[in-house]
Amino acid sequence: MIRFEDVTVTYAGAAAPVLRDVDLTVPEGELCVVVGRTGSGKSTLLRAVNGLVPHFTGGRLRGRVLVGGRDTRTHPPRELADVVGLVGQDPVAGFVSDVVEDELAYAMESLGLPEAVMRRRVEETLDLLGIAELRTRALPTLSGGQQQRVAIGAALTAQPSVLVLDEPTSALDPGAAEEVLAALHRLVHDLGVTVLIAEHRLERVAQFADRIVWLPGGGEPPVAGAPADVLAGSPVAPPVVRLGRLAGWRPPALSVRDARRLAAPLRDRLAGLVPDGPAPPPSAVVLDARGVVVRYQAVEAVRAADLRVLAGERVAIMGRNGSGKSSLLWALQGTGRRHAGEVLAAGEDPALLKPAQRRRVVGLVPQQPADLLYAETVDDECAQADRETASDPGATRAMLDGLVAGIDGATHPRDLSEGQRLALALAVTLVAAPRVLLLDEPTRGLDYPGKAALARRLRELANGGTAVLLATHDVEFAAEYAARVVLLAGGEVIADGPAAEVVTSSPVFAPQVAKVLAPQPWLTVEQVEHALAGLP
Amino acid sequence: MTEHDRRAATAIRPRRRSSPRPAGRGGLHPAAWWLWALGLGTAASRTTNPLLLGLIAVVTGYVVASRRTDTPWARSYVVFLRLGLVVIAIRTLLHVVFGGVGGTTVLVDLPQMPLPRWAAGVRLGGPVTAEGLVTALYDGLRLAVLLGCVGAANALANPKRLLRSLPAALYEVSVAVVVALTVAPQLIVSAGAVRRAQRLRGDASRGPRALRRLLVPVLTDALDRSLALAAAMDSRGYGRTGTVPAVIRRTTGALLLTGLLGLCAGAYGLLDIGGPSMIAAPLLIGGALLAGAGLLLAARRVPRSRYRPDRWRAVEVLVAASGLTAAAAVLATGALGGAAALNPSTVPLAMPSLPVLAAAGVLVALLPAFVAPVETP
Repeated sequence: MIRFEDVTVTYAGAAAPVLRDVDLTVPEGELCVVVGRTGSGKSTLLRAVNGLVPHFTGGRLRGRVLVGGRDTRTHPPRELADVVGLVGQDPVAGFVSDVVEDELAYAMESLGLPEAVMRRRVEETLDLLGIAELRTRALPTLSGGQQQRVAIGAALTAQPSVLVLDEPTSALDPGAAEEVLAALHRLVHDLGVTVLIAEHRLERVAQFADRIVWLPGGGEPPVAGAPADVLAGSPVAPPVVRLGRLAGWRPPALSVRDARRLAAPLRDRLAGLVPDGPAPPPSAVVLDARGVVVRYQAVEAVRAADLRVLAGERVAIMGRNGSGKSSLLWALQGTGRRHAGEVLAAGEDPALLKPAQRRRVVGLVPQQPADLLYAETVDDECAQADRETASDPGATRAMLDGLVAGIDGATHPRDLSEGQRLALALAVTLVAAPRVLLLDEPTRGLDYPGKAALARRLRELANGGTAVLLATHDVEFAAEYAARVVLLAGGEVIADGPAAEVVTSSPVFAPQVAKVLAPQPWLTVEQVEHALAGLP
Repeated sequence: MTEHDRRAATAIRPRRRSSPRPAGRGGLHPAAWWLWALGLGTAASRTTNPLLLGLIAVVTGYVVASRRTDTPWARSYVVFLRLGLVVIAIRTLLHVVFGGVGGTTVLVDLPQMPLPRWAAGVRLGGPVTAEGLVTALYDGLRLAVLLGCVGAANALANPKRLLRSLPAALYEVSVAVVVALTVAPQLIVSAGAVRRAQRLRGDASRGPRALRRLLVPVLTDALDRSLALAAAMDSRGYGRTGTVPAVIRRTTGALLLTGLLGLCAGAYGLLDIGGPSMIAAPLLIGGALLAGAGLLLAARRVPRSRYRPDRWRAVEVLVAASGLTAAAAVLATGALGGAAALNPSTVPLAMPSLPVLAAAGVLVALLPAFVAPVETP
């Protein structure tokens, strides 16, 4: 269905090609997952399928891409709209109309289909994706999962034989991601649509894949094959696969269910052991929030939330999209609104401090780290941060180098990778040496090694006495990083305790390792590895 | 389209033709509201009679109050009303400062500024007469009521639905407008987020530097969004074109241009009080026909269809006709020798009287308040 013949893509002004000598065939009706580190060319590969690369993005494409027999060289994206449906990472950015029904019909209108056909297909698609009750709703009022399903539906109504999705679940909480993946699963099985997905969160999609294409990056040719074979050798692999490598399962299990059936011997070996984590030394309360309330017009985003955090604690605030995580963080920092309750950070109410002093007490890295940045180069940004905080010249740059080495100072912050940009925003925040560090969904767009590096940095910070709180719905990252988990639902704290206790008892927020090894209290592959290393 | 779909389409179509307009999208065709409002606006533009203008304002206000929805653009009516008040104030102020209309009833005598000779004919300060003040007020009121009519159309007609029902030939333009309409609110949201984030840095600088710091991230963000949207639209078939021979393309262009010229000249003639309305009407109609033909031809280039288009029903005809009746009644009053009643004398000052025919016509425009269906969002 999709054929790449010797494809090499070089963007204008780039020294090296993003993709080199890609030879790839995706047969009809397969669900194919593209994996690789950030910057390995996943998006380029996906966008080459419908001709956006190079027709829209510019650059040079050598070789040939055939989709359903059509050559993208002679067919620009609009002429492939009836063959390929493309769904981007941010569904909102691609919405053309404002009502669900009209959005679903848009592609068909472009194709000039008769009205009767459009009516029928819109109804069918609404049913297929389970969004019939949303038909007259305005798009901005939908939840993230609903928006993503509408975006998929909008691509489907043109009845393309190929559906291409770029990180469809990255921004979604576990529940919403399940909805979307279930819908995709159904498309592949019932309609025979060929699906090509790029996804960082492999733990979510690996089990559905018929084939995995691993882009090693750096101009190496891609490796394609059965999921178990490819993931066995790939550095980006979901925890369940890494656990399988550790336990020597051949072939490694891809789903929690398969892993559980193989895990009995491993559980036996681990019986009687406990994850080693140094008990946190008793320390002082550095953040004390009581009865915090945040309202947006009639909606109470945070309802009487209580939270006490000790110096050096690592806390993850988890919950569905819209459960009030961000509002709580902003209210704790003092810049966001707080309608009731009190917050004391290092003995002072941050909301009453001047912004410049406030950031020395509580620092916050927002969901879009780029919002925090405004200079034209990384060096300017660092110098500006030094001036703002009256730090020694070079302090921010040193902080940045400690987080990620070797960023060219002349780069524009927008041109950094997600991980590098996050590091820059983090350095800018940390140079004020806040006692409490808050991060809002920091793992968006980070691959597994990127997340592991971030978790390591945050641990070091916490060990240095900073209290670290982050809002996330990334279950695996929370397991790796957090010592304590606070669950929010509807703006209220519904659970608060050690990560192992809170997370393992939740079906939605339990990481894969916990699910495989339940009822034993293991959360990460590293814990298991450590424990096994201590065994004779 | 598969063969199956094509057959299904032809099989279903005859039945759908005879069936009534599908339920779901409530409300009136947006063009009907615009025709109604333009009718009232034309009526307002042909008179300075404060009683008649007041009647027009009340009629539009009543219809808006009874038929507007809870949508963002519905609030635009109030904005237009305020703008109208500002216009009246400015018009009056300009008169006080510059004068212009003579008269004998001096209210205040402001000190007059001596001006150099090259500015002869321009007066700064001087006597303010009651006659002049009333003339200015009438003039300002006319503009304000006209603005109210435009505001009413804005409040009642869903702009996105209006754009959807533009002729296919204007499709690309209409999409550009829709995108522009969505960009503005997004910019505001984005600016809010950036400002909030930057307060995290404790940066208290003001002036051009602060503005630049706000603008750079907001605009790059807007640019990123636009690119993402453009890519999405391209992927979804936006801009697929049919092939049209060169002769037809040229004819289309010629038809459209002459048609639009005719429309402009006709509209000017109709709205200008001093203009000859005898020539205006044929120009307007001829221009509309030419432009319509051009649009029909141009539509061939765009192989698009429309999902659940707004249809033109009896209610739409009624609403549009009621507005046009108001215009016709005022125009007829003028043609039948009622010009004095439409533009009551201000030098010397006279009590205005309400021309019966014109007033009756304007009252007909109340009809939508009772017959138009309310749009359900």
